Amino acid sequence: MGLTEQDLVAAFYEMVTTAATSIPEDVYRALKEGYERETNPIAKRQFEAILKDIEIACSRKVPICQDTGTPYFFFEMGENFPLRLGAVRAAVEAVRRATKDGYLRPNAVDPFYKKNSGDNTGRYIPWIHIDLVEGDQLRAWFMTKGGGSEAPVTLIMSEPILGFEKLKSGVIDTIVKYGPLPCPPVIVGVAVAAGGDIALTLAKKALLRPIGERNPDPNIAKLEVELLNALNKLSLGPHGFGGGVTALDVKIDYAYRHPATFAIGIVTSCWATRRASAIIRPDGSWEMTSKHIRHVGGGCTL
Amino acid sequence: MSAREFHLRTPLSDSDIERLRIGDIVYLSGTVVTARDEAHELALEILRSGGQLPVDLRGLALYHCGPVAVKQPDGSWKIVAAGPTTSMRMESVEPEFIERTGVKMIIGKGGMGPRTAEAMRKFKAVYAVFTGGAGALAAEAIKSVKAVHWLDKLGMAEAMWVFEVEEFGPLTITIDSTGANYYETRLREVAENAKAVKRELGLPAEEE
Repeated sequence: MGLTEQDLVAAFYEMVTTAATSIPEDVYRALKEGYERETNPIAKRQFEAILKDIEIACSRKVPICQDTGTPYFFFEMGENFPLRLGAVRAAVEAVRRATKDGYLRPNAVDPFYKKNSGDNTGRYIPWIHIDLVEGDQLRAWFMTKGGGSEAPVTLIMSEPILGFEKLKSGVIDTIVKYGPLPCPPVIVGVAVAAGGDIALTLAKKALLRPIGERNPDPNIAKLEVELLNALNKLSLGPHGFGGGVTALDVKIDYAYRHPATFAIGIVTSCWATRRASAIIRPDGSWEMTSKHIRHVGGGCTL
Repeated sequence: MSAREFHLRTPLSDSDIERLRIGDIVYLSGTVVTARDEAHELALEILRSGGQLPVDLRGLALYHCGPVAVKQPDGSWKIVAAGPTTSMRMESVEPEFIERTGVKMIIGKGGMGPRTAEAMRKFKAVYAVFTGGAGALAAEAIKSVKAVHWLDKLGMAEAMWVFEVEEFGPLTITIDSTGANYYETRLREVAENAKAVKRELGLPAEEE
């Protein structure tokens, strides 16, 4: 029995609907910890509403947030994975079905003709990023990225001498400038690269890494922690209502840069960071690799 | 900020509104009407040319929201997620919208600017934040869809939905009818904090 395109549609559909309705385990833990740590009463009230929302969404299998975002797929595709173009077609089909079934709000709009396609598909949408790797499996990530949390996306083309200074200032300034707009507490993805497009792509991909997981490079890990602590001293807090939890994590990645460039990409993700991942094998077997809050018996649990 | 809690029902009177201050929490029952970018544009186009909106907004709450709605087999709509969208996008047209419609409460996220705050002072209205992203929680409070307008023309997210809500909240007042704007002060504090944080990191005080 080999893998069929229908198997892929089923796997991607599961990823899309799970991401839209059930928050990933790491995000849930971080929000719950934030709630427990928070002493500011108005901020705590926001956390309460957030946690209640997550539980309702999970128990009724409805979207966590009505802005079900722009659909992004990231594929690490084995060079011998049997259905390569089929995976692209299946991703489009899964998004279309999830929209029809009410898990995604139709969000794909033709910018020139203002026409909403009605099914979350259109030119380049869903956005599918493919990295070819060795082997015959497909590792797939799905992220649905809310419109509000794209507002702060920032690209800084720094001179290399001032690179790290501008990286640190840039992260802080971005969070201050956009305040409540990206629905904090946020996850911040940052990347350094040669070109602006590379920096922003890697910054967005960095958001896929689970909260709390540090970059394996100790210097980069240190910078992640330094920036996270700095952001949490701003007292912006959930929706700007203050308190000690402005960011849930900071993720940093990089590509080699050009001698004359130091591109810094900064991307934020809202508290409702919705992502899911799966591994799909050539024999048609697949399983989810991300863990999510689940509805069991009378309540929601990890 | 205070932490008073109010339970109000539409139609909202001037005296309902004048009691509210920034930081107050409101749970709202009654009629809430959605409008975001395109519904604002269309509504103002109609009102400027002397026409009437499909729903009279006097005393009601306007909600910056594009819901996820699912059509039921009997033809009715079920709202499954309906959190707020970013209100600032409507800042340029909101003062005129308030003046022309007589809406008393605007609900959204992220706050609004000085022009809206001034209009709220002048026409006795308030702005309230519903927890951004909490779409399923909002949908819980929506008991029915009374009507939907401009659905074919504007699509699901941009259409004007008329909701019957029960205890919709928590809504945190961030602009009151004195024109006080919570986020203005709040974000200045955050900017001050940023200066201290940058000093700690050994960064130059100001960019550019």
